[in-house]
Amino acid sequence: MISLQRLNQITQLLMVLILATGLWLPIGHWLFPPDSMFHVSAFWVTLIGKFMCYAILALAMDLIWGFGGILSLGQGLFFALGGYAFGMYLMREIRLDGVYKNPLPDFMVFLDWKELPWYWSFTDSFGYSLLLVVLLPGLVAFVFGWLAFRSRIKGVYFSIITQALTYAAMLAFFRNDMGFGGNNGFTDFKRILGFSITSPGMRATLYLLSATALITFYLLCRRLVQSRFGQVLTAVRDGESRLMFLGYRTLNFKLFAWTLAAVMSGIAGALYVPQVGIINPSEMSPAQSIEIAIWTAVGGRGTLIGPIIGAFGVNAAKSWFTVAMPQYWLFFLGAIFILVTLFLPKGLAGLWQKITEKITRVEKAS
Amino acid sequence: MLPPLVTLSRLVCAALLLLAATILNAQPHPLHESVRDLVGDDPEKRVAAVYKIGISGHPLAKELLDALANDGLMVNDDASQIFLITKNSTIDLLTGKEVTTAPSGLESAMITNAVRSALDQANAALALTLADPEARRNAARSLLLSTDAALLPIVEEAARKESDEDARTELLMTVSMLKLQFGSLPERQAAAKSLADSNSPVVQRTLSGLLKKNTAGEWVEPDSVVRQNAAASIEVIENRLRKFEIFANLFSGLSLGSILLLAALGLAITYGLMGVINMAHGEFLMIGAYVTFLTQGLFRNYFPDAFALYVLAAIPLAFLITGAIGVILERTVLRWLYGRPLETLLTTWGVSLLLIQGCRTIFGAQNVEVENPFWLSGGITLAGDLVIPWNRIMIVGFAIFVVGMVAILLTRTRAGLYVRGVTQNRSMAACNGVATDKVDMLTFGFGSGIAGLGGVALSQIGNVGPDLGQQYIVDSFMVVVLGGVGQLAGTIIAALGLGSVTKLLEPMTGAVLAKISVLVFIILFIQKRPQGLFALKGRSAET
Repeated sequence: MISLQRLNQITQLLMVLILATGLWLPIGHWLFPPDSMFHVSAFWVTLIGKFMCYAILALAMDLIWGFGGILSLGQGLFFALGGYAFGMYLMREIRLDGVYKNPLPDFMVFLDWKELPWYWSFTDSFGYSLLLVVLLPGLVAFVFGWLAFRSRIKGVYFSIITQALTYAAMLAFFRNDMGFGGNNGFTDFKRILGFSITSPGMRATLYLLSATALITFYLLCRRLVQSRFGQVLTAVRDGESRLMFLGYRTLNFKLFAWTLAAVMSGIAGALYVPQVGIINPSEMSPAQSIEIAIWTAVGGRGTLIGPIIGAFGVNAAKSWFTVAMPQYWLFFLGAIFILVTLFLPKGLAGLWQKITEKITRVEKAS
Repeated sequence: MLPPLVTLSRLVCAALLLLAATILNAQPHPLHESVRDLVGDDPEKRVAAVYKIGISGHPLAKELLDALANDGLMVNDDASQIFLITKNSTIDLLTGKEVTTAPSGLESAMITNAVRSALDQANAALALTLADPEARRNAARSLLLSTDAALLPIVEEAARKESDEDARTELLMTVSMLKLQFGSLPERQAAAKSLADSNSPVVQRTLSGLLKKNTAGEWVEPDSVVRQNAAASIEVIENRLRKFEIFANLFSGLSLGSILLLAALGLAITYGLMGVINMAHGEFLMIGAYVTFLTQGLFRNYFPDAFALYVLAAIPLAFLITGAIGVILERTVLRWLYGRPLETLLTTWGVSLLLIQGCRTIFGAQNVEVENPFWLSGGITLAGDLVIPWNRIMIVGFAIFVVGMVAILLTRTRAGLYVRGVTQNRSMAACNGVATDKVDMLTFGFGSGIAGLGGVALSQIGNVGPDLGQQYIVDSFMVVVLGGVGQLAGTIIAALGLGSVTKLLEPMTGAVLAKISVLVFIILFIQKRPQGLFALKGRSAET
């Protein structure tokens, strides 16, 4: 049997290795020329950058589901709203380089629109767009959450309603009349703040920004769940009625966590769109949102590191499957859904905890 | 090789027959006068000739018109020889003699667009003499477009003789249409008035055409009485059609409601029982539809005579197979998750992914073809273009049947009593000796089986493919959420309500916006009544 001390050493070594690799990716892509052996291709930088955005999403899901007991099946909506909010700025930054050489986005020229709709005003400003990335998902979540929590909708009902919300939004965004590009959404971005969006420097910057956001949100969530607020939130999950009888306004706690999670998801979306280069309504499909829940479940709800590992693990598997054997991906995903809920209710993090506990027990006994 | 004697006798027989035929036909074709015009140079005479043949009602007229339409009427340069070439024979029309081969250098009679449209009219006029009332009705309907004064006496005569009510009405409308074009002034005024009885869009167009002014600012129709009558008729027609349209809209709402009901009924039962929405429910619909597809193949290969009945055979099969899959799912997975509703939600989603991909692997990603049997195709024509399809009517009936069976089972049997007991208060039911475990299993199987029945119905109205379930899943969730738990009435009213509201909104907003507004409405409604339309009354703080 491996000793606990040994295990901790290995874990620490692994962490250092992961951090070093994570740091080397953008630097290798940015600073080393393509023929250098230290060079990293754009594929890897974008892929890991994308995974970090997913990890933020899983972290947000963990905050409301793992700690608050609120399962959202519509988290993809807030992710997409953040993405669309920043996407509007990216579309404006194309300027006259579109196919039609027109200051309007190409899809509007195609629809024969003569001017931007009112809700596109100021979107050419970078600062305003950043504000929108935070405010738009936050506001939608606040209003929806206030209505729902006030009526004490919870459990499965709440989940289904969030699913209906994202489904309705997806249908709406599919319409060309909405002014968000319909089916195709936004794509063909050219630059951010005047810098080319495909340049190695920009890729590395976006990567580092995603990493910073992920670490910041991780620390923020850790602070939150360890505070009094976090304890009340956990109490909401475990016995909301009792908490209400004790005189807590659970509405406020739930609403805060719910809105914060939406804002986190929106920021993740805004970081995701320039790296992937496209945003369309399929991000709002109910299936997409349910997948977020499974990342969190695989990693381990109620721990903060678990969902991050889950997001990386499941998405790495997805990337591998869809290339190597696409026909088996849904079998794999479906099996994860069933097996994890049946046999790993606390996810990988729970499994890890069990292993270390067992080792401790064995060590104590001997 | 045949014996020489037989060959010889056959030859003799053939020669004799040929001789007899020649003698019998050795006079000019009875319609040869018209045929001469038909192949002549004068375009007006050609069209007139087509009509003349059509209204002659002669037994040989049909053959002639068909030949004309199929390039079987051949003529030489100076029109001195005209041949009627059919599949079996070649006849010289002017002498009436049958020839073995037509001489070379012939050309088929020219068919212009005018001739072609005249051909349709002439065929319709001919068809008025047929025995089959359905054929006469169709003929009468197609004559409505006629623009030839020569048809007027024929149609009038036919209308007088017509025994079939519908056909006579149609013919009288044609008479009025023709009179409106060619009649005397009083006839035209009367015609404009009597056309109010027609539902045809053609009549509406013609009448409103009369009310326009031409570019010179003059009325197309000079007589003011005709104009007034026409305007009055248009209003009558529109009012009547509006009523039909409202009826058709109500019906499509009812039909969509029935579809939603069939899709959501099983879900409501399992939801009431477990307190968890089964995300794989849509895939049970899909399995039901695929069972129908397989039954269809079975009947096509082994019982082709009874093919029309395959849908009936699919009903019990779909119920049993989906029910069995439901029982298996409950036994192997779901029963370990009771009391953990959110986990159950995710697990059933995983099951749905497995079922979808499994279906793709077995049957391919493309839609499979499910054919409507004859008694489910076609429809009832209300008026003009408004048709109520049989498959939709049958689905409404089927939904009533299924709901009736479920209601009887739940309220009139001991098993139903157990199900209601466990749904309302699981632990109290268990205390009273109900084997809740067994009830869980059978109820889940029952709910899944009903989804299978829904799948049979869906296979008759839409595409059957691996994604079939996904199209209905959010809608059926909404029905259940809106209807509330444990009440059949809630589910029925929610389904029919959602169906009608969607269909009422659709003409105003378009299908997608209608759907979005309904979803938003539900989200808002739930704020007001979190337990749905019909909540079970109770004092529990936990809901």
